[in-house]
Amino acid sequence: MADQATLNTVAAAADASSGSLSGPRGNRPRPIFSTRNIVLYGTLGLAAIYYLVPLYVMVVTSLKSMPEIRMGNIFSPPVEITFEPWVKAWAQACTGLNCDGLSRGFGNSVRITIPSVIISILIASINGYALANWRFKGMETFFTVLVIGAFIPYQVMIYPIVIVLREMGIYGTLSGLIIVHTIFGMPILTLLFRNYFASLPEELFKAARVDGAGFWNIYFRIMLPMSLPIFVVAMIIQITGIWNDFLFGVVFTRPEYYPMTVQLNNIVNSVQGVKEYNVNMAATILTGLVPLIVYFVSGKLFVRGIAAGAVKG
Amino acid sequence: MNTSVSVKDLTLKFGAITVLDKLNLDIKDGEFLVLLGSSGCGKSTLLNCIAGLLEPTDGQIFIKNHNVTWEEPKDRGIGMVFQSYALYPQMTVEKNLSFGLRISGMDKAEIDKRVARASEILQIGPLLQRKPAALSGGQRQRVAIGRALVRDVDVFLFDEPLSNLDAKLRSELRVEIKRLHQNLKNTMIYVTHDQIEALTLADRIAIMRSGLIQQLDDPMTIYNEPKNLYVAGFIGSPAMNFFKGEIASVDGRPAFVTNGVTFMLDGYRAKGPLQPGTKAVLGLRPEHISVDGPETVNTHQAVVEIEEPMGADNLIWLKHAGQSMSVRIGGNRRYSPGAQVKLAYDMSLASLFDAESELRI
Ligand SMILES: Nc1ncnc2c1ncn2[C@@H]1O[C@H](COP(=O)(O)OP(=O)(O)O)[C@@H](O)[C@H]1O
Ligand SMILES: [Mg+2]
Repeated sequence: MADQATLNTVAAAADASSGSLSGPRGNRPRPIFSTRNIVLYGTLGLAAIYYLVPLYVMVVTSLKSMPEIRMGNIFSPPVEITFEPWVKAWAQACTGLNCDGLSRGFGNSVRITIPSVIISILIASINGYALANWRFKGMETFFTVLVIGAFIPYQVMIYPIVIVLREMGIYGTLSGLIIVHTIFGMPILTLLFRNYFASLPEELFKAARVDGAGFWNIYFRIMLPMSLPIFVVAMIIQITGIWNDFLFGVVFTRPEYYPMTVQLNNIVNSVQGVKEYNVNMAATILTGLVPLIVYFVSGKLFVRGIAAGAVKG
Repeated sequence: MNTSVSVKDLTLKFGAITVLDKLNLDIKDGEFLVLLGSSGCGKSTLLNCIAGLLEPTDGQIFIKNHNVTWEEPKDRGIGMVFQSYALYPQMTVEKNLSFGLRISGMDKAEIDKRVARASEILQIGPLLQRKPAALSGGQRQRVAIGRALVRDVDVFLFDEPLSNLDAKLRSELRVEIKRLHQNLKNTMIYVTHDQIEALTLADRIAIMRSGLIQQLDDPMTIYNEPKNLYVAGFIGSPAMNFFKGEIASVDGRPAFVTNGVTFMLDGYRAKGPLQPGTKAVLGLRPEHISVDGPETVNTHQAVVEIEEPMGADNLIWLKHAGQSMSVRIGGNRRYSPGAQVKLAYDMSLASLFDAESELRI
C-alpha cells in the first residue's frame, strides 16, 4: 500500500519536472513599444514639455540682448550670451524712485520669511502637540475654530487686520507683516502637526508621563526628535508660501519694505520706457529661485514626510 | 497583609459610555493580580486609572494607603509596561532606561548603579548602546520592563505585555516575569486576555466583563468553582460543556435531567439545598470526564463524532444527550469516528448554575 503511494508520487514529480524545464520562468518579458508604454511615456512627456517650455523660453530670453529679441523667434537659443539683463534686474532696474533693482526686495523677503517661518512653525507645532496629546478645557472649541480658520478666504479678513495693526501701531512695518504671516499660517500648520502627533503611538506618550516627563520635556525630548520629517514639510510649505506671497506684501507694508514679489511686479509692469523682456525674464527667474532651491534640496525629505504621516496613521 | 492598591467605587465614563461602573478592588502587598477579560471589557481603562493616565469620573484610588486619586503618574510609585513596548525610538537602551531618572534630577552615579542592576536582572547588558529598532520583540519588552525596574517602584502595571510576541517568546518571557515577581516581591497588576497567562502567573485573578469584576479568586478556585456561567465558560480551553435541564430527585437523591438523560449529582458540593424542578445548567469540563473507565452511578453511552489529536492530549467530540460535547483523554488513546464509548463523570468537580440568575448553586 505505502510503496504504491510513494511510487505514484515519484512518477508525478517526474512528469511535472519535464514540463517545468521548458515552460515560462522568472520575469515575464514585456515589449518596449506596447500600447501601454506609448500612452504612459507619451503622457508623461507631454506634461513635462508643457511645464518646461515656458522655463526654457524665460532662460533663453534672459540671456539675449534686446536687439536680438526683437529680431528672432522666442524659441531660438541666444546667438550671443549676455548676463547684462541679470545684473540689471538684480541691481539697477527702477521701481518708482529707487533704481537698485530686486536686491532690496530680496533683502526684505529674507527678513520677512525667516522670522515668519520660524515663529509660525514653533507655535503651530506646540499647538498641534497640545491638541493631539493633552486634554484641556475648550480644546474642542479651539480645534473647531482652527478648522474653520483654515477654510475662510483671507481676503475677508484683510480690512479688519489693517485696522488692528494700525491700532497696535505696527501697520506698514516688517513686524506687522510677520505677525500676519504667522497668524494666517496657523490653522493649516496646526492641523498638519496635530495629525502627525496624533499618528504617533499613544503609549509612547503615556510611558513618558509615567517616567515623570511633563509638557515641555515630552515635547522637546520625545516628540521633537521623532518629528523631523513633518518639520521639513511645514518649512517647505511656509517658505514657499510666504516667499511667493504678494497680497499681504502689498497691503501690509510700505514701499521701502516691499517683498521681492511686489518689486518684481513693479519692475515688469512699469509703464515708462521700452519693455525690456530680457530683464523681466531674469527678474522673474531670480524671484522664483528661492522656492526652487528649497524644492530641490528638500524634495526627498518632503516626500518622505508626507509618506511618514500617511503610513503611520 | 497590608493592602497595596485599593480601588474604591471607581466609575469612568467616556461621554455617554460607562466603561467602569463603581468598581471595587483591593490588592494585597506583594500580590500578583491578573485582570482577565475579553477585549473591550475595560481592563486597560482600569489600569490607566490606577496609573493616573486617565482621570476617573468618580471614585478613589489608594496606593500604599495614600489617596493618589489626584496625583500625577510619576508621584504614585508605579511603573508601567505596555503591549507595544513604547520605547523612545531615538534613544539608546541605556537612555531609555535612565530617562525617568534623568528627568527627576538624580545624580549620575546612582543612575548608573540602577541601570546596571536592572540590566543584570533582565540580562540586557550587551544591548545597552543599541537603539530599540535594532532589538527583537522579546528584547524590547525586556527593556520596557527594565524602565519600570530602575525607578524602584512599589507597583508594576503590565498592559498585555506579551501579546505582540510569538508563542515561543511569550512562554519564555512569561516564566521570566514570574521569576521577577518571586525575586522582587513587588505588587504586580497584570492585564491580559490570555487565560493561560492568567492561570500560570496570578496569585489571584479578577475576571472582568463590561466594566464589572465577575469573580476575584485564586486560579484554582476560579477554575474549579466558577461563580457564574460567564466565568465558567470563559476559563478553560477547550471550554466547559454545558447541559440545559432541571434538578430532579431520583430515589431521594439529587439528580440533573436533560433531554431524558439523568446525571446523578452524588458528590456535588451544592451551596444550598437543591430544589427539584429548578431550571439549571450543568457544566462539565472536558478533562473531568472519563472514557471507558470503571462503572459509576453515572455511566452513559455515547458515540464519537470527531477526534482532534493534540500530541500530549487527545480531544474527542461526542454526541450526547442531544448535543455535542468534548472530552479530553490521554494522547495515546485513539478513537475513530462512530466508536461507542462509556462516559463517567466526577461530580465533585462539576458546576451547577441556576438557569435564570446564572449563578452557581
Ligand atoms: N478614549 C476613549 N473614548 C471612548 N471610548 C473609549 C476610549 N478608550 C476606550 N474606550 C472604550 O472603553 C471600552 C474599554 O476599553 P479598554 O479598557 O481599552 O478595553 P480592554 O479591556 O480591551 O483593554 C471599550 O469599549 C472602548 O471602546
Ligand atoms: Mg487593552
